[in-house]
Amino acid sequence: MTHLTYIIAAYGLTVLVATVFSVDAWARMGRARRKLAAIDPRAKRSFDSEAKRS
Amino acid sequence: MDVSTAITPPPAGRNLHRFANPGRFLRLSGRVLPVVAVLGLGLTLAGFVWGLFFAPADWQQGDSVRIMYVHVPAAMLAESGYLSLVVCSVLSLVWRHPLADLAAAEIGPVGAAFTALCLATGSLWGKPMWGAWWVWDARLTSVLVLFFLYLGHVALVRAFDDPQRGYRAGAILALIGAVNLPIIKFSVDWWNTLHQPATITLTGSSKMGWDMKAPLFLCAAGFFFGFVALVLARTRAAVMERRIRGLLMARAQEADAA
Repeated sequence: MTHLTYIIAAYGLTVLVATVFSVDAWARMGRARRKLAAIDPRAKRSFDSEAKRS
Repeated sequence: MDVSTAITPPPAGRNLHRFANPGRFLRLSGRVLPVVAVLGLGLTLAGFVWGLFFAPADWQQGDSVRIMYVHVPAAMLAESGYLSLVVCSVLSLVWRHPLADLAAAEIGPVGAAFTALCLATGSLWGKPMWGAWWVWDARLTSVLVLFFLYLGHVALVRAFDDPQRGYRAGAILALIGAVNLPIIKFSVDWWNTLHQPATITLTGSSKMGWDMKAPLFLCAAGFFFGFVALVLARTRAAVMERRIRGLLMARAQEADAA
């Protein structure tokens, strides 16, 4: 394969950006969900029923 | 004047406000998000494998053409992401849609990342083909301007103590920046650029074979679903964070009053 270094760099960068953003979004959602469930019992019930459905 | 009529949204925006309910949005996005995320991951991986190992190399560019499978979808999303920012800005300024504000604030960083990716992968493709990492050509420069517009939006939305003022300023900037979208699209036709003109068009016949076009479409669809999943996940988090702030403020006010 020609230009392998450039190809690896391009794909590696894409995977890195996608991973960083996905992990950040996932972690932020989890943090917000836990915090909301801790201060609002209604939210906790709705998250529990959501988890049961999925 | 009757207060209830004064705060009723205009008729065209009434249906939109059905989705402004945070609980309804969380329920709906909770169902859609896993499907969109799986589609995004699956299609992108399939497109990458096809593009890297099964699609043919270009007779002139050799294997460097495989960078196209990440560069072109990133470029498409940089532009369509900005278009979604413009739509959210209109929804925010005209109908004061509260979810549009939150979505716009979350589209900004994701769009900026895809634009940076488009510029970086373009650079990695340009170096072996043109002999330069960067040229001040109309297409590259207009995409760089798009990147700065995204960064400006991200900064402006967070620059005010009152979030509403930040959202409004960001929406105005996004609308002004929309003029850059046709410039990006037609830059290769209006000016003599080093960047090639569009290979795939909706009207004319394509200069690319299906063995290259199919993985490109797969990657483009995968990137699109990935973008939607990221924005949905971030907006869900933002809705919950706003609810947390509201609840904590209400508790603090109750404690002050007691």
